[in-house]
Amino acid sequence: MCDQTFLAITFGPCDNCSQNKPLMNIYLKNEPINYCSLCVELMACQGLAKGETTNTLKAESESLKAKLEEERAKLHDVELHQVAEKIDALGQFVMKTRRTLKGHGNKVLCMDWCRDKRRIVSSSQDGKVIVWDAYTTNKEHAVTMPCTWVMACAYAPSGCAVACGGLDNKCSVYPLSLDKNENLAAKKKSVAMHTNYLSSCSFTNSDMQILTSSGDGTCALWDVESGQLLQSFHGHSADVLSLDLAPSETGNTFVSGGCDKKANVWDMRSGQNVQSFETHESDINNVKYYPSGDAFATGSDDATCRLYDLRADREVAIYSKDSIIFGASSVDFSLSGRLLFAGYNDYTINVWDVLKGTRVAILFGHENRVSTVRVSPDGTAFCSGSWDNTLRVSAYLRSSGESELRNILYNTV
Amino acid sequence: MTINTLSQDGVQRQQMPCLTKMERMIISMQDPDMGIKLRNQRLLITVIPHKCSISDEEALHVGQLFVKYGYIYPLKEPRNLILKADDSSYRFQTPYYWMSTRWPASELDYAIYLAKKNIRKQGELIEYEKECYNALHKRINHTWDFVVMQAREQLRASKQRRKGDRIVLECQEQAYWLVNRPPPGTQDSIDHGPERRTTNTRVQLVSKLTITTQLTTCTTTHNPHTHTYCEQYQPHDPIMQGCLPSNPWITDDIMFWNMNSETVALPTKLRVERWSFSFMELLNDQMGRKEFLTYLEKEFSAENLCFWQACEDVRHGETAKIPEKVDEVYKQFLAPGASRWVNIDSKTMEKTLEGLKRPHRFVLDDAQMHIYFLMKKDSYPRYLKSELYKNLLARAIVPQETKKSVFPFMRRQRHSSPSPALATQTAEDDGKAKYSNSNSGTASRL
Repeated sequence: MCDQTFLAITFGPCDNCSQNKPLMNIYLKNEPINYCSLCVELMACQGLAKGETTNTLKAESESLKAKLEEERAKLHDVELHQVAEKIDALGQFVMKTRRTLKGHGNKVLCMDWCRDKRRIVSSSQDGKVIVWDAYTTNKEHAVTMPCTWVMACAYAPSGCAVACGGLDNKCSVYPLSLDKNENLAAKKKSVAMHTNYLSSCSFTNSDMQILTSSGDGTCALWDVESGQLLQSFHGHSADVLSLDLAPSETGNTFVSGGCDKKANVWDMRSGQNVQSFETHESDINNVKYYPSGDAFATGSDDATCRLYDLRADREVAIYSKDSIIFGASSVDFSLSGRLLFAGYNDYTINVWDVLKGTRVAILFGHENRVSTVRVSPDGTAFCSGSWDNTLRVSAYLRSSGESELRNILYNTV
Repeated sequence: MTINTLSQDGVQRQQMPCLTKMERMIISMQDPDMGIKLRNQRLLITVIPHKCSISDEEALHVGQLFVKYGYIYPLKEPRNLILKADDSSYRFQTPYYWMSTRWPASELDYAIYLAKKNIRKQGELIEYEKECYNALHKRINHTWDFVVMQAREQLRASKQRRKGDRIVLECQEQAYWLVNRPPPGTQDSIDHGPERRTTNTRVQLVSKLTITTQLTTCTTTHNPHTHTYCEQYQPHDPIMQGCLPSNPWITDDIMFWNMNSETVALPTKLRVERWSFSFMELLNDQMGRKEFLTYLEKEFSAENLCFWQACEDVRHGETAKIPEKVDEVYKQFLAPGASRWVNIDSKTMEKTLEGLKRPHRFVLDDAQMHIYFLMKKDSYPRYLKSELYKNLLARAIVPQETKKSVFPFMRRQRHSSPSPALATQTAEDDGKAKYSNSNSGTASRL
């Protein structure tokens, strides 16, 4: 069941001295090695120049980190909200729930939009994965996974398949068949194998590759056809809870956030961690790229959402309020990137003005925590899934006249 | 007293940040000067004071959470854990029973509580409590004597207290157990989902090198690119400015989607304008890509775009097919005298040809990047200035905003659309087309 790559050996022959001892599991240049503690000490000391000890190196590394923060602070000349002072403030936004999708028997944990802008896939605690046409609220496909807590689901770019996974430590791809008699579970393809729960998955630009993140602290890139591991990404020291692919020209990076409070940016080709941000005070539940690909937002259990700029290499905005006590479970940007939708564990969705840092709307309606919020691919609506077993699709209502407003409100589902 | 340290640490980790904040608020609410007015042993919630300006609805919502998590409990209907914005009375829960101090609620304590209730008045236990009691009796039968003894002791001790204190203590205990052992059918507010471990067996050795490299690369200043991006895309953001003719989700009219589909005859003006924002926007739109290809054909440089598409196919396609795809690419685009030879500088060409001996997914990356930037710097700007583009922009549609419907109370029919799974199934049946736009493996955005 476990992939050899991730197996941790804690007692056995040391790779270096071949004696049977308790082993320390470490990585050197992304290669896992198993040394006994004595050999680790010796190896660490080998790199020391004359007069250095591991303690002096540690102290030096800390001072370098402090110096880095200083340099970063010097270089930034203008704060994000200062620039935004010249921009007009946004008025109040009235968001209306236009569709309520009922059908899950248990908590909805994750959802994803199809590129056709109206279909969605959602997964829940009881192992059910449902594909809906959200516009008509019809259910089109349903799959029952063999495990509970399906925390990750994703729609393939072509619209022909869905991927999902959770406590089974695997990511499986189901091709969507329109044949009513066919059992979708029969054609299931097991793609990814981790040693702990699957927290998030995403197709890259095609149906052929999947990127996954897991509670075992790693992310991995897989080939769907063969199930082969193409690249693995090590660097988080705790569960990785979320990942997002960069919408860049070269399409080679992604960002991940985890329980170690860090958000890491990775290069998909080399597996290297190219940038790292650690300013949150608690687990990062969700990460999402800004539409231009030059920044990303995070939602965390410390009840704040933050915006990090990749070019400036630092955090540029914090979205928080004293009255928001509970963690943000999910974040997403509107199409222009001006609005940030964040779903919280206190059952609400807060909409933030990204540039000014203020909140422009708060949406009530869910009866339990909001687990996932995603804006549709063309930006016309956003869908929120919650532990109250429902999904709601909401849109911005421009009241161009009282009669029209009344008209629309009467037709609300 | 149950030994369950792992889960205790695990969930308390997740809980702690919001619990401490809630507790701070509760404490400030009880402040004699700034807090809520208390009356004898009861309090009335009329206005919940907060430092920041928030709406009444939000204040009520925050209050609801306090009740759900057991920091405040109602007096009149103790089993109904909600906060009502009327004159009903509530009381603050004692810190002894706060979530952060007494979590997780142990089975033993619950057994003692139920035993006390049973002894005090026979038949006072409700259905679900009776079931729990029996289940516990079976489960921790070995300590049952201890449970009953403790229950008797606690009842005897409480009889020696003043009546007022005794009532309050009973209320507090009842509220605590209503939160921690909710009756079936009501919501469990303490439910948290799977545990998250903090420790990991493998640790990455961080080298001094990575930090020094970060220092040297830290040279760019923060330019407000987010601001310009937002401004540029604002007219295209349906949530910010609405969309024409109308938002399908609001008016149940899918004209907007039909007018922006891939195969429409004439695109909308906004869509054509968007192609001028960046080269990536043009390529991401299937129609834009087709238009660009038409333009390149006129310029006799269409092979560049075809080469780029072929490279994308290699990069994102099946691993098993990579060698044969790379071979095809070489024959069509890179071999000397090839039918669609692309102009790459000699250094990149040499490197690529060397890599072709052992083809892998990224072997064509350098060449692809070179051609991409060539198109971006040269062909793309010229396309935007060309007659072809300007003509299309002039002819492009600006949709009319949907007129208000005549019969206001009639709901529009919501029609289903063909599933994308069906569309590509038929394409596959017709036979795969190589290097064409409708490749079943890849798809463009939007």
